[in-house]
Amino acid sequence: MQIPQYKARDWKSHPPYVFKGYGSSVKRGPHKKLVPIKQTLSEVTGPLFSEVKLEPGENDLTRNADTGKEAMGERIIVVGKVLDENEKPIPNTLIEIWQANAAGRYHHPVDQHNAPLDPNFIGAGRCVTNEKGEYRYLTIKPGAYPWLNHPNAWRPAHIHLSIFGPGFATRLVTQMYFPRDPLIPLDPILNSVPSKSGRERLISSYAHNVTEPEFALGYRFDIVLRGRKSTPFEERRR
Amino acid sequence: MKQTPSQTVGPFYAIGLTRRAMSVLATDTTEGLPIRIEGRVFDGDGKPIPDALVEVWQANAYGRYNHPDDKQEKPFDPKFTGWGRSGTDKNCFYRFDTVKPGPVPGPGESVQAPHINVVVFARGMLLHAYTRIYFSDEPLNQTDPVLNLIKNKARRATLMAAREEQAGRTVYHFDIRLQGKNETVFFDM
Repeated sequence: MQIPQYKARDWKSHPPYVFKGYGSSVKRGPHKKLVPIKQTLSEVTGPLFSEVKLEPGENDLTRNADTGKEAMGERIIVVGKVLDENEKPIPNTLIEIWQANAAGRYHHPVDQHNAPLDPNFIGAGRCVTNEKGEYRYLTIKPGAYPWLNHPNAWRPAHIHLSIFGPGFATRLVTQMYFPRDPLIPLDPILNSVPSKSGRERLISSYAHNVTEPEFALGYRFDIVLRGRKSTPFEERRR
Repeated sequence: MKQTPSQTVGPFYAIGLTRRAMSVLATDTTEGLPIRIEGRVFDGDGKPIPDALVEVWQANAYGRYNHPDDKQEKPFDPKFTGWGRSGTDKNCFYRFDTVKPGPVPGPGESVQAPHINVVVFARGMLLHAYTRIYFSDEPLNQTDPVLNLIKNKARRATLMAAREEQAGRTVYHFDIRLQGKNETVFFDM
């Protein structure tokens, strides 16, 4: 059976499994060489979530805590495109979002950082890309927070994103950062990305044309997933 | 364009990824052998990881994926998506209730033994790892093109889920070892 293949994972863009500066990776990153396999139906297919119907408001993290009240902090609108390496937009793909609140605390029992929880902010949302691969959500700018990786360690402000794309091979979980954050050069998680251009691609840009007057600042963050190798079978039925 | 780099799910992924239950793939009406898959994810010290996340993707009992690129003429159940996600519970177990998948086509004319495709995420994993669950009592394992790439028997054994019967339920136990002597085989694909 002939299956259209995805391009390889780009090892200059993705971090290694073990990156000494990030302490938790030392005991948790696989050591042995990965076994290369040919992509089959198992790898090129994947969940499409076409049956998932998002509730109105899932892409508004400022008001989705079911309290009827609005979260505290600086409102931001994040927009972007999900594309593949061939610049082809990826429509109808699910994006899951989670983040700390404006004070740098997660709505999670494990987070014991001495910063206020906001009862009106869960810090979770979902959105789906449109036909042009575009997404948009409204949230609160997350705060920086301390962690125990090294003395006086602080994570730069970031938003976690989970994206599926069309196949099992295109799965991606990443983090979006904010421009000119002074903590960025000090962060081992972002700096685990081998290439400078890769690290820069994780930093969103301020987008004044997305900013809404008297309401919220705009940021743009495009996401690029693995693309198909070119083959005569490139046109796909959807 | 270049791929967006991966980053870890971190310790708080449950907020975004497991607030909804997503670990039951099959209902009473799903065709096939009902099975439970469960196990733990271990770190390099052999300690079970309390903040790992496992996602699975599988074909239905006939060996067809719920995806437009699978054009096989096999029975299709639109209600069975074949996808699931499980965080780890207080005893560090992940768990899925599903049906055993059927065999699916492999490269060329080959047939792949029934298997479940797995992605592992965790705090401390900067990039997810791909592996597969095979079934220890499955005769087609002998001729599976992926298993046969792995010459070392002990390594191949890391991909085998062991069958157990627990209170009338068929359970396949599958532990994932991120490092160490019995490190699970992970794939580049």
